Amino acid sequence: MTPFAYHRAGDLAEATTLAKSGGTIIAGGTNLLDLMKLEVMTPPSVVDITRLDLAGIEPQEGGLRIGALVTNSDLAADARVRRDYPALAMALLSGASGPLRNKATTGGNLLQRTRCYYFTDTAMACNKRAPGSGCAALGGVTRLHAIFGASDHCIATHPSDMAVAMAMLDATVEVTGTDGATRGLPLADLYCLPEDHPERETVLAPGDIITAVILPAPGHGRQTYRKVRDRASYAFALVSVAARIRVEDGHIAEAALAFGGVAPRPWRNPGVEAELVGEPPVRATFEAAADILLSGAEVHDGNAFKSPLLRRTLIATLSALTKDHDA
Amino acid sequence: MTAHMKMDEPDRRNRLDAMVQGIVGTPMDRPDGPKKVTGTATYAHDGQPAGVLYGVLVRATTARGTLDDLGATEVKALPGVRGVFHGKRFLRNPAQGTAGKAPVQGSADIYYFGQPVALVVAETFEQARHGAQTILLKISAGDAETDPDRVKPETPAKKQSEVGDLDAAMASAAFAVDRTYSTPGHNSAAMEPHAAIAQWTDGAVTVHASCQMLRFNVKELADSLGVAESKVHLLSPFIGGGFGSKLGISPETVAAALAARELGAPVAVALSRPQVFEATMRRSETEQRIRLAAGQDGRLTGIGHEVLVSNLPDEEFSEPVTQATPFLYRGENRVIGHNIARVNRTCAGSVRAPGEAVGVTMLEVAMDELATAAGIDPVELRRRNIPETVPTKDTPFSSHMLEAALDDGAKAFGWADRPKPHTATDGEWLLGCGMSSAARVNMIMQSAARVTLNPDGSAVIETDMTDIGTGSYAILTQIAAEMLGLSPDRVEARLGDSSFPKASGSGGSVGAASSGSSVFLACEAIRETLATTLGVSEADLTLKDGHAIAGNTRKALPEILAGEPITAEGEIEPGKTAKAVKQATYGAFFAEVGVNRVTGEVRVRRMHGSFAAGRILNKKTARSQCLGGMTFGIGMALTEELVHDLRDGHIVNHNLAEYHIPVNADVPQLTVNLLEERDPWASPIQAKGIGELGICGAGAAILNAIFDASGVRVRDLPATLDRILPGLPDV
Repeated sequence: MTPFAYHRAGDLAEATTLAKSGGTIIAGGTNLLDLMKLEVMTPPSVVDITRLDLAGIEPQEGGLRIGALVTNSDLAADARVRRDYPALAMALLSGASGPLRNKATTGGNLLQRTRCYYFTDTAMACNKRAPGSGCAALGGVTRLHAIFGASDHCIATHPSDMAVAMAMLDATVEVTGTDGATRGLPLADLYCLPEDHPERETVLAPGDIITAVILPAPGHGRQTYRKVRDRASYAFALVSVAARIRVEDGHIAEAALAFGGVAPRPWRNPGVEAELVGEPPVRATFEAAADILLSGAEVHDGNAFKSPLLRRTLIATLSALTKDHDA
Repeated sequence: MTAHMKMDEPDRRNRLDAMVQGIVGTPMDRPDGPKKVTGTATYAHDGQPAGVLYGVLVRATTARGTLDDLGATEVKALPGVRGVFHGKRFLRNPAQGTAGKAPVQGSADIYYFGQPVALVVAETFEQARHGAQTILLKISAGDAETDPDRVKPETPAKKQSEVGDLDAAMASAAFAVDRTYSTPGHNSAAMEPHAAIAQWTDGAVTVHASCQMLRFNVKELADSLGVAESKVHLLSPFIGGGFGSKLGISPETVAAALAARELGAPVAVALSRPQVFEATMRRSETEQRIRLAAGQDGRLTGIGHEVLVSNLPDEEFSEPVTQATPFLYRGENRVIGHNIARVNRTCAGSVRAPGEAVGVTMLEVAMDELATAAGIDPVELRRRNIPETVPTKDTPFSSHMLEAALDDGAKAFGWADRPKPHTATDGEWLLGCGMSSAARVNMIMQSAARVTLNPDGSAVIETDMTDIGTGSYAILTQIAAEMLGLSPDRVEARLGDSSFPKASGSGGSVGAASSGSSVFLACEAIRETLATTLGVSEADLTLKDGHAIAGNTRKALPEILAGEPITAEGEIEPGKTAKAVKQATYGAFFAEVGVNRVTGEVRVRRMHGSFAAGRILNKKTARSQCLGGMTFGIGMALTEELVHDLRDGHIVNHNLAEYHIPVNADVPQLTVNLLEERDPWASPIQAKGIGELGICGAGAAILNAIFDASGVRVRDLPATLDRILPGLPDV
């Protein structure tokens, strides 16, 4: 850990100003502090925003406005989330561990860094940590790594469960800039793909602070979050599926899907959803959708199993969500 | 006064059973429990003296090479940094268990990725850590071999054996199994990282460290430092788990002592979790070819067990995979093969029941394959193959409780009522049951303890025995309380101080029987003295509740002692009973698992173990040992694996987020039955070791249950979902 300056922001304007001048925002600190101890991140100053009034969950335009400082535990326990956005509650509770969820915040969860083994070990080449140094994961151990959206410079995955459910729910990220103005950003557009610059992970500009996540009015139909992992708890997703499906008159009327553990960001593929809509909820439909999803997969030796695993998990999830309708 | 016993004859007196205090065997709470749960137990890195400096080890970032220059100039100029240390006394790796001398030393020659090559010492931990992270080592890389499969292995003659003609037995067998299995490397994953605080006074060093076997560790530390053994005082009163990784002195302890001597100040060094993975012991990965030849009735005519393990050059230890194979099952034609690949990986040493943990587990999977092939119930197959003597020899067993454990376990689990294979389901989950035998060799080691009966009728035990979370404080207290007729709260056990009489230490499951016997012998001597004082024979003396009863009189101990303490030292050492009979502990595991037919995920739904290990000294701590072993078995079967990047040999998953030990959600209701037994050949307290028995074969019950549930036979561990998926039908 390198010495750093600590600032406690008294208000949002102070926080954005400090952030713009090189400060790194800290809230729960569950990821940042670990990375600072490892010197994977060496911020010269951190800006503590935990005193800001961003910990509320309020109704907004039929949906919910979730303050950036709402903890994962509080969000998962919120009665409205449990009732109207069960996929989100399930995703939150499948992540990390109880103590971590008590500290981790909504904004921090979105901005957590990859758990790629090579990113978190400073002896290894990593274009994300040290641009231009190379990607040691390529040709290395790739069990955790991406099958979608990666590049020749980085194959890391985004580790969040929460973000996958939020992406499926068409959440919007509310960002406040140094000018005090707020803007909305579809959650899926928050993240950059690695391409030639894996060190650039989001579209946020210096000084931008995520102040809330807005969930639109709950969609109809059934929703779920299914996470597949190496042990029953406290493990990152090998693959995960967030899904909402509405069946009407024997056909799929609406479909929203997002996938975790497989890409540098919560992965959406509109072609998969389009394939489902209008079709009967039968096995052939699910297989066709899975074919479209997996057609774009690029695997390595260590993560090739993710293709059949994701295919099976998607088919089973769709089957479960449409179960009473497929007779 | 010293009472010494060499275990040359069985001790059938069962003296503990003749005592009347009624404490031994009861599930007494640990006397050290309140200290642990209130945070007042002082572990190695606690209790830091005034003026302590902090050291952090620097890792080599190559698998083989030479350290040309530390590149420490800039680090030495960092704020707070007091020195950077390295040199020929640095340990390459920890000492092996019971080595009693320094391991390979020298920080210039790099043999594995993660080898500690320097120590940065600073005024704060953060300063030292920053220095260690930013030091610019100049290394000339050499040729490394990181893959045991690409090395021509050593095949030491004394580790090979062949009896009869196994090839012929295989050719003529009614049923045969010939399979190759593999297990990955494991880390001990003790909760407390390795740590030490060293301080010198007048040429002598006092070290607080986390060590399992002080009598050996003092020698190892002295030899490493180049000082006399008398100049080393080692303290390990509390140890947050060891599982073999703290058997020998490890690099941080020597580095702390070297730096403290140089700086004239106490130095504390704790390993980070990645350093525990990289720079302490790993269990070697294994490849195991197992051959079983059986007749129509399932009786074995031959067993072959040939293995490949790995270690660094110049290490004598190699994972004793086949340790239980020569005696577990019958068969007149036998082959044992042992091959060692020398690789540039973290040192291999004792981790959680070296040998049987992986060897019995895979042998028990092979036995399940044989049961399937022969159409014989797996429990019955094992029952038919229990040998009368050590196979191909006349050596009798000291006791043999495998059949009793199989029967007890099968009954407790409801084995007879399980569903037919591949038939039971629960939603997406395919359900199945499996079982396996448990076996572990048993022995004692030389061990001494001093017991003082104070004039007030209280007693103190002093020995350098350690309690690594196993319950040594409890069982030694119980033995003394039983023998001296005292309430346990009148007995104080003082452990983990190298100035006390030298005990076995904790390792190889020898601690309870060895150190327990030494306390027993000391107490017997005290009883003799009391009896003499009272003018009766020791056998006629009854001690209970602080009183002596003899010859129709009852006197309080203080009255008899009349202001004078009685002190006795007891010492046990192994003798002819170690060779005259085969001593082992036995058990049986039963597990029910669910295999998710969509994802291949496996979850254990329930698990039972029945165990026999001679006299059980404390039902609670013994049961806890077994629960821990079975939990390790779940980890071994399903999740635990040291993953090496073969390009540079580094351990990729060197933390507890990615090295998957079972979490609470992975561990279902576990049940344990402890079988009543006295083994007079094992020790004068008729107890055997139970610490490791719970892991020795445990994983096989789970792996066999996976097959029973899904028809997928996993032969390469762990049974992660990617190894199950290809065998599952389409969704």
